[in-house]
Parts: sequence; C-alpha cells; structure tokens
Amino acid sequence: MRATAVPVLAACAALGMGAAAWAVDPTELPDPALQARYVALTHELRCMQCQNESLADSPVDLAADLRREVRELLLAGKSDEEIRGWMAARYGDFILFRPRYSLRNAWLWAAPVVLLLIGMLIAWRVVRARTQLLAADSSAPEEDGQP
Amino acid sequence: MNRFLLPLGLFVLLAVVLAIGIRHSAEKGVIASPLLGKPAPQFSLPELRDPAQVVRSADLKGRWYLFNVWGTWCGECRAEHEMLLKVQRAGIVPLIGLDWKDDDAQALAWLTQLGNPYQAVAVDHSGRAAIDWGVYGAPETFLVSPQGVVVYKRVGALTDEIWTREILPRMSRAAAPGRS
Repeated sequence: MRATAVPVLAACAALGMGAAAWAVDPTELPDPALQARYVALTHELRCMQCQNESLADSPVDLAADLRREVRELLLAGKSDEEIRGWMAARYGDFILFRPRYSLRNAWLWAAPVVLLLIGMLIAWRVVRARTQLLAADSSAPEEDGQP
Repeated sequence: MNRFLLPLGLFVLLAVVLAIGIRHSAEKGVIASPLLGKPAPQFSLPELRDPAQVVRSADLKGRWYLFNVWGTWCGECRAEHEMLLKVQRAGIVPLIGLDWKDDDAQALAWLTQLGNPYQAVAVDHSGRAAIDWGVYGAPETFLVSPQGVVVYKRVGALTDEIWTREILPRMSRAAAPGRS
C-alpha cells in the first residue's frame, strides 16, 4: 500500500509544481498576507487589453505592468480599496470586475426590486378584484328569488 | 380603459429604455476615459532625440496640445503616421508624442524614415506614464486644453474625420467666446 502511495504523491507534487510553473504571474511577495491580497486583487482587476481576462491570467505586457503597480502599491501600504480606486481613476470602473455601487448604475440594482413590487401590486389588485367579484356574485342569489 | 393604460405605459417605458440604448450604441465599443474633464496626468520624461532634455507636462500648460501615444511595435501607428504629419503641417496644434515601451534606436529610425510630426517625444520605458493616462492600446490621442484639462480622447488611429469633427471644433469652441 505504502509502495504505491509514494509515486502517487510524487505525481501530485509534480503536477502541482507544473501548475505553478505554468502560471502567467510568478510573483511572490515576502509577506503571505500581502501575497494573498495581491492574488485576490489581480483576479478582480480586468486586463484592459484582453478585457475578458483578469490581470492575473493575462500574458500581455500591459497586464504585467499593471500587476507591477498593484505589487508596488501593496508594498507601499495602500489598502485594497485605495488600489481599486487608483486603477479606476485611470481606467474607469470598467477595470473592476466587481462593480461598484454608484448613482449612475443605481437603477440597475433597483430595477429587480421595483419590478417585483410592481408585479406584487398587480397581483394584489387582480386577487382583490376577483374576491370582490366573488363576494358580489354569491350575495346576489340570496337577496331575492327574482328571475 | 384602465386595462389598456398599463400595457401602454409599459410599452412606452420599454421604448424609452431601448431608445437610450440605441442612441448610445455607437459608444459601446469604446471605454469612456475617466480622465475627460480632469487635469492631464503629470509627467516628466526624457526626450527621445536628446535624452538630456526633459519633457514636462508642466511646461505644456497655457496652450492646446495633442498627446499621442505610439510605439514602433504598433502597426496601427504606422497607418496613422501620415495623418499625424498632416496635423503637423496644418500648424494648428502641436503634437507631443509618448513613445510607449519602445526601443529608442528603433523609434529614432522610425521618425527619420517616416518623418517626424512631433514637437517633442517623451520616452516611457517603464510604461508608467501610459498607465497614468489610462492607455490600453496604441495609438491613443488626447486633446489637452491650455488649462491642462483633457478634453477629448481617441482610441485608435487619428483620421481626417476625427480631426475635423472632434478635434478642431473643440479647440475653436473654447477659443471663440469672450477670450480677448
């Protein structure tokens, strides 16, 4: 059992190392906490040249330059929000994969709620009209026996 | 009556939303620059032909200029070059170049071979100035006002149409009313 486990583990380790070597971005920051923030940030910032890739996944020159900026801003002690703002000031909100709330896109966020409320209002009015109709209908034959 | 009012209202609402979408469809492919209406980014970079000299954004204040981002690695820039020479010959607004992540010798050869439309060419080896300007693909051209404000940005080659429809009117509109 143990004899087979060793090659399997070795294969896993080799695959893992292979994955690391294949990564576009070999950056390793000295501080693991910074490294984690670096990885998170480069995954949520858009490569402006390829547009559907993140900075972390893109092999183009500009993405490498922007990763360098992220790295240096992190090392300079900037917060994640400051770095996002820094990027958006230059490239616009388009660079942020995770959209920010703003007055301009507020209607987008509000639309589902507003539509739901309108739907509920319509449904409530239809149900009320039906029940009133039913009530009026059932009272009619009881009042008198006229044809 | 009421039963027609609601569908009609919804139809009008939908029509308005779609109309807005259609009117803005021309800008769909272009990413609006957050720099428009804001002060142009500061830079201080060596000049291509004489690296001892420094091209400073501060020195450019007080007059209109076109800030053109290019590189010899950029095919579209070669296509654009003839138009840049035309702009230079018109003598209305100076062109300031930003040679983006390029080889100096190749850039100099490019200007000798194709002609030099630029009043000055700032060299950006690190790509930092380009990032400050929010550049994501050469060629890009910015029109900067005498107050140092970015008034217009063109992503892609400058053309006759852009020059006459977008750039010239912006300069004359600003210069016309009560300047004297």
